[in-house]
Amino acid sequence: MSHHSLRILIADDSDTDRLILQALVKRLGHEVIEATDGLDAVQKFREDNPDIVLLDALMPRMDGMEAARHIKALAGERLVPVIFLTSLSDAEDLARCLEAGGDDFLTKPYSRVIIEAKIKAFDRMRRMHDTLSRQHEQISERNRQLLEEQTVARRVFDNVAHTGCLDSPNIRYHASPLSVFNGDVLFASPRPAGGMLIFLGDFTGHGLPAAIGAMPVAEIFYGMVRKGFSSADVLREINQKLKLILPTGMFCCGAMVEVDFKAGQLRVWNGGLPEAWVIRSDGDLVLLPSRHLPLGILPPEQFESVAETVQVSPGDRLLVMTDGVLEVANEQGALFGLAGVRRCLEQLQPPRHPFDAVMAAVRQFSDKAAETDDLTLVSLDITDQPAVPEVSEQVLPSALAGPTEWRCEYEIRERTLGDFSPLPLLLHICLEVPGLRTRGGEIYTLLSELYNNALEHGILQLPSEWKRSAEGFGRYYSERQARLARVDGHFIRFRLHHTRKPGGGRLRVVCEDSGAGFDFQNHPLASGEAGADSSSRYAGRGLLLLKRLSKNITFRGKGNHVEIVYDWNFSAHQGDGDDRQTTP
Amino acid sequence: MTGRQHLDEEALAELQDVMEDEFDVLIHTYIVDSRDRIASLKAALAAVEADTFARTAHSLKGSSINIGAPRLGELCLEAEEAGKAPDLGEASRLVGAIEHEFATVSGLLERLLVR
Repeated sequence: MSHHSLRILIADDSDTDRLILQALVKRLGHEVIEATDGLDAVQKFREDNPDIVLLDALMPRMDGMEAARHIKALAGERLVPVIFLTSLSDAEDLARCLEAGGDDFLTKPYSRVIIEAKIKAFDRMRRMHDTLSRQHEQISERNRQLLEEQTVARRVFDNVAHTGCLDSPNIRYHASPLSVFNGDVLFASPRPAGGMLIFLGDFTGHGLPAAIGAMPVAEIFYGMVRKGFSSADVLREINQKLKLILPTGMFCCGAMVEVDFKAGQLRVWNGGLPEAWVIRSDGDLVLLPSRHLPLGILPPEQFESVAETVQVSPGDRLLVMTDGVLEVANEQGALFGLAGVRRCLEQLQPPRHPFDAVMAAVRQFSDKAAETDDLTLVSLDITDQPAVPEVSEQVLPSALAGPTEWRCEYEIRERTLGDFSPLPLLLHICLEVPGLRTRGGEIYTLLSELYNNALEHGILQLPSEWKRSAEGFGRYYSERQARLARVDGHFIRFRLHHTRKPGGGRLRVVCEDSGAGFDFQNHPLASGEAGADSSSRYAGRGLLLLKRLSKNITFRGKGNHVEIVYDWNFSAHQGDGDDRQTTP
Repeated sequence: MTGRQHLDEEALAELQDVMEDEFDVLIHTYIVDSRDRIASLKAALAAVEADTFARTAHSLKGSSINIGAPRLGELCLEAEEAGKAPDLGEASRLVGAIEHEFATVSGLLERLLVR
């Protein structure tokens, strides 16, 4: 079709002029709607929805300029060209027509050629405008979809990542309020043996790609920490996973914090995040800068999971942040920077919390800081007895499913004694028993006490009283390393045996080692008599702990063969485990 | 200003072509319309409404130019300007000239119809 038929409104109070114009337009193949004044024109525009409007400037009732304004308003987003019909010769009058929203003029006497050319030109413009509007709508729609997808991704991520024990009273954090995933992740989980792990990560990129990359990190973190893996193990696993799944150029800056409240020890691994800060209760500051490449860059064999150890005491505080905090910019474009953090920590007035001080300083520095999308800040208070809330499982499996009658034996030998901890594996096996799942902390404690005694005192013959003084502590650990190199012929053997009992079950753990053993017959604690001594084995806390947690403890052989019996009931733990908690 | 033709034969031929069967209707419409407008011009003059006078002259100018009566169109333009000035003396003189020119033009147009 060489010809595009349009609907054209002609408004003119002069019958003669209207007659001529409608004849001309019809001959060009267009449909004509006639109006005899401005009011009529607006009315007809509303009813018939024409493509182009030809308006006489001077008309009774409502003149062309007024009509043009109404028509443009009615057309809204749509482009409806308005061409004024005129024999006006005054430049000012012509200008007024354009101000009223006119797009062009057609002067009398009408010329067929000019009319045709103008209608064609305006039709092109009109259609181009339609195309653009349609494309604009498509883009807006696509953008809306993208945002929606990202919002869903964020929701899925939040479900996978949950908040762990971030709600603990000694943790405070600020994370992005945006519904779109910003690439920052923050996890915290209690360790089965006490203490907790906190991970703060900052993925390159935003939105879907970052959310997809972050999901396995959440799974690895919560999965492994619950099973008792150390921060080094978790980091190694995260690095390996990210290296495998992330495309080149995408990685995750992160910091892992392992807290042992009992030992007053912080272990911090920082790969690519800004300096972490320890704020001592007396105001002293310790900086923990990044000493590693971000996660997901190095191949597993080159990855270093060595953390820095800081001794802490109650009242000390740790502050970790993503670079969004340093990159907050004020109106002049200046950055908050490391200097900003330092200034506000150095000027900290007790009892003001450093978390509050930094957040307030950032907000004061830039009004928009609160909405800045990559700003994550977390603080941890070192306390004596942190009340770590249980991380509630999202779905608790049925208590009846899973293995209840089983037996297994696991032995590690020689060099592996120094290289590998069997505890996560053994804990994992035990926690397959549904009734034990909520007792992971106790099981872990039992297993680790048995294992550490067997290794450090049984095989390595390290005297525990060394640990009582600061210099002895260092000696203890250097000697431990040295002796681990000489473990030829040694082994530690675990035998686990689980059976069902009415209303619960019984776990029997035998731990045997190749060490020299000890004189348990004359040991005051082991033989059941009161009072502690400084004997080289089971000196203090460890044996008491085992006695408290287990139903029965028996030493056999030379004392290098220990058996404990751990009973559990479905009802006994009602208060703290078996009742199903729902995630708030 | 008397240089212009009473009728533009070329323009009229094109109109005839465009209007086809409607050409007669057009000519009749123009003649009736214009008579009304000349009456309005006189009424506006009598009522001393310079503004109405100018607007009416403007309309008559437009249709006269369109129909192919350039001399009448020219006179109407002068009348429109006299109305805007306002110069009622000049306006009054021009109404006479317009009436006279219209008589000539309508005579010529009617002859076209007979043909």
